[in-house]
Amino acid sequence: MSDAELEAIALTLMLAGTTTVLLLLLGTPLAWWLSRRRGTIPALLEAVVAMPLVLPPTVLGFYLLLLLAPDTPVGRLWQQLTGSQLAFSFEALVIGSVIYSLPFVVQPLQAAFSRVPGTLLQAAATLGASPLDQFRAVVLPLTRRSFLVAASLGFAHTVGEFGVILMIGGNIPGETRVVSVALYDHVESLQFAEAHRLAALLVVFSLALLFLLYRGDRRALELGR
Amino acid sequence: MSELALNLDCRGADDFRLRLDESLPLSGVTAIYGASGSGKTTLLECIAGLRRGDAGSRIHFAGEAWQDGARHLPPWQRRVGYVFQDARLFPHLDVAGNLDFGRRRRGGHEGLEPERVSRWLGLDTLLHRRPDTLSAGQQQRVAIARALLSAPRLMLLDEPLANLDGASRQQCLDSLRRVIAATGIPMIYVSHDIEEVSQFADRMLVLEAGRVRDRGPMLELSSRIDTRLAHEEQAAAILRANVVGHDEAFGLSELAVDGGRLWVNRLPGEAGAARRIRVPARDVSVCRSRPEDSSILNILPVTVAEIEATGETRVLLRLALGEQYLLARITRKSAAALELAVGDTIYAQIKSAALLSDIA
Repeated sequence: MSDAELEAIALTLMLAGTTTVLLLLLGTPLAWWLSRRRGTIPALLEAVVAMPLVLPPTVLGFYLLLLLAPDTPVGRLWQQLTGSQLAFSFEALVIGSVIYSLPFVVQPLQAAFSRVPGTLLQAAATLGASPLDQFRAVVLPLTRRSFLVAASLGFAHTVGEFGVILMIGGNIPGETRVVSVALYDHVESLQFAEAHRLAALLVVFSLALLFLLYRGDRRALELGR
Repeated sequence: MSELALNLDCRGADDFRLRLDESLPLSGVTAIYGASGSGKTTLLECIAGLRRGDAGSRIHFAGEAWQDGARHLPPWQRRVGYVFQDARLFPHLDVAGNLDFGRRRRGGHEGLEPERVSRWLGLDTLLHRRPDTLSAGQQQRVAIARALLSAPRLMLLDEPLANLDGASRQQCLDSLRRVIAATGIPMIYVSHDIEEVSQFADRMLVLEAGRVRDRGPMLELSSRIDTRLAHEEQAAAILRANVVGHDEAFGLSELAVDGGRLWVNRLPGEAGAARRIRVPARDVSVCRSRPEDSSILNILPVTVAEIEATGETRVLLRLALGEQYLLARITRKSAAALELAVGDTIYAQIKSAALLSDIA
């Protein structure tokens, strides 16, 4: 494997890892909120979260490009804070990936959270547990497996990202040139042997991850009641 | 100010509205009695802070505002022990873990020792079991222990025995009585089973459609005939009695009550021990002169204190027995035939008297 390919793989893992950590931090409170609320606003928010499932990634990438460009408020703010441009940077990829993979983290968590009976939380509250404590001591242990599922899906989906990255990241080695983009490059320049290596790598990785996940799933996703 | 002052207005689903203005002493056991849908659970949830009364509602616990105006102390700061109808044990923790949950959140307050509580509730052999391997009765005992170990200032029990069958019900009830005797933590006990609450309640609040219908000390309330309770099929008077002695040959115990002696099935306890017994109104009949050849053992001279018709065919009599009262339900025809009038001295025949508890 060439250095360029190894660099693309390292960048991909870095992107997927960062995205997954951010998604767990953002997705957990969001999923919790969605699981405990009914009404118009939560439904609207749920729809927004689910959008990346149905939208072509290029649509998302297009709007993100417009949002993050150097002459927009977001782009200007970023330029002022960091001294570098946001569009076509690794950070832009992270932002895009977080949005793009959001449903893959939020939905499994939300489903798991809504299976935690509110009655248990009431019991915890009367026993002296504050809401954060209730979450930590009751909800987390009961939904631990779903975090594994959410993190794995978020990670795998980010690894498999292509359209958004091409729109907002371009193809800068070491900065935005991830595996899927490198693969596209190989095909464009008719380097099929190299393309095969990367494609097979992605197939094996995804299959292995999903297999482990689903095998574990059979054992226990349900609450231990 | 050792009382729980409640001034509540709380709307529920389907036009339901709980409205009350009460002061409950923070001692002993207060029973909240009423049919389902009368607002018992709503009341407990308001006290625990799980539900918020409407604007203007006030809850003060021993002078401390739990709800007043904009102030609403959240449930995790109220230090109440809540025992739900369903035990609500944490499925990811074993029994010991469940018991520890509240204990670790006492916030520095002194509480009961886990060993004692486990012993009272018979949990010593269950500590490493998972909740889903326990029977309903065992689960409920764990739930009671868990609440007790959180160092509560007030215990709220919402029909804790409703889902239990006969044997485990009795076992749970016995455990509960041990707890009451040993801890002195004030309890509010919700039930729709009058026999259950008569066993240990000191006072009772009767709820009906979200309003307080009757209130008063348990023994006094049970002997009145102007209450809703007296008109129910299972109406019964509760008497305070002392054990006089036992007749081992016939398997009976003799009890002294105000104005007489009663024979009941052999019960535990030394002579002099105080007991609470329950005499159902339907098991009391009356006669003008003392029957000499009746199979009924318990015949006591009483004075007719009140007579009230309870429908087309029946009347309810309130009979003074010294300082206490018996209730008797007889037919209107009998009452007319005997020409019963208030102030008459007659004889009450008691067909059965059930021991309620060793708490007088």
